[in-house]
Amino acid sequence: MDIVLEARGLTKRYGDFVAVDRLDLTIRRGEVFGLLGPNGAGKTTTILMLLGLTEPSAGSVQVLGLDPARRPLSVKARVGYLPDQVGFYDTLTARENLAYIARLNGFTRKEAGARIEAALARMGLGEVMDKAVGAFSRGMRQRLGLAEILMKHPELIIMDEPTLGLDPEAAREFLEIIRNLRSEGITIMLSSHLLHQVQAVCDRVGLFSKGKMVLEGPVEVLAREVLGGGYHITVEAEGDAGLEAALRQVEGVQRVQRAGPNRFVLEATGDLRPAVAQAVVEAGGQLLALASEAPNLEEVYARYFQKEATHARAA
Amino acid sequence: MLAQRSAPAGGAAAATRREGSPWTGLWAVVSKEMADYLSSTRMLILELITVLTAAGTVFTATAQLRETVGQDRFLFLRLFTTSQEPLPAFVGFLVFLVPIIAIALAFDAVNGELNARTMSRLLAQPIYRDALLLGKFLASLFTLALVLTTIWLLIAGLGLLRLGVPPGGEETARLLWFLLLTIAYGGVWLALGMLASILFRQPATAAMAALATWLFFTVFWGIIAGILAQVLRPVRIGLPAELLAQAQLEQALSRLSPNVLYTEATIALLRPEVRSLGFVLPSQLQGALLGAPLPLSESIMLGWPHMVGLIAGTLLLFALGYVLFQRQEIRA
Repeated sequence: MDIVLEARGLTKRYGDFVAVDRLDLTIRRGEVFGLLGPNGAGKTTTILMLLGLTEPSAGSVQVLGLDPARRPLSVKARVGYLPDQVGFYDTLTARENLAYIARLNGFTRKEAGARIEAALARMGLGEVMDKAVGAFSRGMRQRLGLAEILMKHPELIIMDEPTLGLDPEAAREFLEIIRNLRSEGITIMLSSHLLHQVQAVCDRVGLFSKGKMVLEGPVEVLAREVLGGGYHITVEAEGDAGLEAALRQVEGVQRVQRAGPNRFVLEATGDLRPAVAQAVVEAGGQLLALASEAPNLEEVYARYFQKEATHARAA
Repeated sequence: MLAQRSAPAGGAAAATRREGSPWTGLWAVVSKEMADYLSSTRMLILELITVLTAAGTVFTATAQLRETVGQDRFLFLRLFTTSQEPLPAFVGFLVFLVPIIAIALAFDAVNGELNARTMSRLLAQPIYRDALLLGKFLASLFTLALVLTTIWLLIAGLGLLRLGVPPGGEETARLLWFLLLTIAYGGVWLALGMLASILFRQPATAAMAALATWLFFTVFWGIIAGILAQVLRPVRIGLPAELLAQAQLEQALSRLSPNVLYTEATIALLRPEVRSLGFVLPSQLQGALLGAPLPLSESIMLGWPHMVGLIAGTLLLFALGYVLFQRQEIRA
C-alpha cells in the first residue's frame, strides 16, 4: 500500500516547552487513523505541522510525497482540513461561504457552482444552502465544513476533534459519514479525546501523551499489549461456591470479579464463551446468561496512564 | 521586496524558493473583502457621516462664495478650503475623518478572522498568507478610495449647482491630486489599523490602540514637538539664528505626524498662492509677486515630499504588519 503521510522525528518547541517530541508517523492510503490523547497532548500542533500551517522545529514531513513547507500550495490543494471549532462568515450563506473557498482554490465559476451544490447536497445541506450560516447549528456547521472539504475532492482529510460538541445523534451521523468516505478510498486522519467514537471508525490509532506517541496500532493489538486481551465476559449462573474457582481455572481468564449474587465478570485474552459455558456446566452450575464484550479503547487508555503513573511512582 | 519572502521563524528554513506566486488567490480575497465592506452597516454609517459633513461644509462655503463669484480664479478650490464659524472647512474635516474611516475599516481585518475561527480554514486553502494580508489591505484601500471619490464628486456636483460656475482645467487637476493625496493619507491609517488588528487579538483593543495613536498625532504630537524643539535647540541669547533653528526643528519634528504632512500638502495643492511650506526669510522674498499663484507643477513639487512621506509611512507600517503576520501562530 502506498504511503499518504509520513512524519519522521517531527518536533515542535515553543521556547522551553516541547509540544511535540520526535514524532514518527506513517499513514497508508485508504486508512482511517485516529490520533488520541488528552487536551494539550500536542494533537493540534501535530496536525498544523502536517499541513504546513506551523513550521516544525525539527524533523521532516511528507504529505502525498511532498514537503508541506516547500510545496504548500500543491499539498493544500489536495488535502482537506477540518479545524476544531470550525468557523464561517455568519452573514454569508452556506453557498457563498463555499464559493469564496472555491475561488481561493482557483475553480472556475461554473465548476465551483456544480461542486458546491453536489457537496452541500451530499452533506444534507441542500435545503439550507441559501440561508445565512449564522443560524446554523453546531452539527450543521460541522457538515458544512466537511462539504467544503469534499468540494475540493481531496485525497487526504485531516479532522481535528470533529465530533466535539455535537449531540449524540449528530455525532453518530458524522461517524457514519466518515465510514462512507473511507469506503470511497479517501484516507482520513482524525484527532479526538472521545475514545469510543474513535474506536468505532478507526483502523488504527495512535495514543498521544505529552507530545509523544506512546502507543500505536489497531485497537485489538493495543488491547492485547496493554490489557493482555481486554475481552470482558459476563456470566450469569447459579451454582455453589466452587463455581467461581472453576471459572478462574478456564484457560485465558485473567481475572474474575463478582458483580452480583449470580453474576461474574471475567477479564480474558479472547472471546472464551464456549470454554466458560463448559466450565460452568462441569462445575455443576446452571448457566443463565453469557455475554462477551470486545476490548475497549477507553480501558486501554485508562490502564495505560495508570501504568505510567505507577511506574513514575516506583521510579 | 515583499515578494521575496524571508524564511519564517524556526528551524528547517527553506533555502529554496517556495512554489507558485505569493499572490495566488489575491483577487479572490480582494473581491470578497470589498463585497463585505460595501454591504456592511459600518460602511453605511461612515458614508452618512461623511456625506453630511460634505453637504454641511459645502453649503456654508457656497453661501459665502456666491458673493465673490467672478473675482476669484480658483473659486472651485475655495469650496474645499472655505470655512465659516462654527464649521471648519471640508479639508479640515477630512484631516480627522479620513483616519477614523480608515481605522474603522481595518481594525478587525486579521483578528476578526481569528475570532470567527475562519483563519485556519482560509490558510488551509492553496494560498499564501501574503495574498490574504495584501488582499485585505487592497480591499480596504479601494473601499476608502471609492468613498472619497464619491464625496469628491458629490462636492463638485453641489458646487456646480450652487455656484453655477464650472471648474477650470487647472482646478480639476489640482482637485484630482488632492484626491490622490487624501487616499495616500488614508493608506497610512489603514496600514496602522491593520497592524493593530495583527498585534491585538481583541478587535476592541485594536480599535482603541489605533484611535489612541490617531489622538496622539492629532492633539499631543504638536505640543511634544514644540517642547522637544525648545529643549534641543534652546534660545539662549535671542539671536535670529537660534529662533530659526528652533522653529525649523519644531517643524521637522511635527512633520513626523501624517496629519501635518497631509494638511501641508493640501495647502500646497488647494491654495495656489502658497509658495512655501517652510520658513521664508524676508530676504528670500525680494522681487516676488506676493499673492500671485504658482503654476500647478510648482504646487505639486511643493507637496511632493509630503505625499512620498505618506506613501513611505504606509509601506513601513504594512511591512511591519506583514512580518508579524507571517510569524503569527494561527491557533488560539
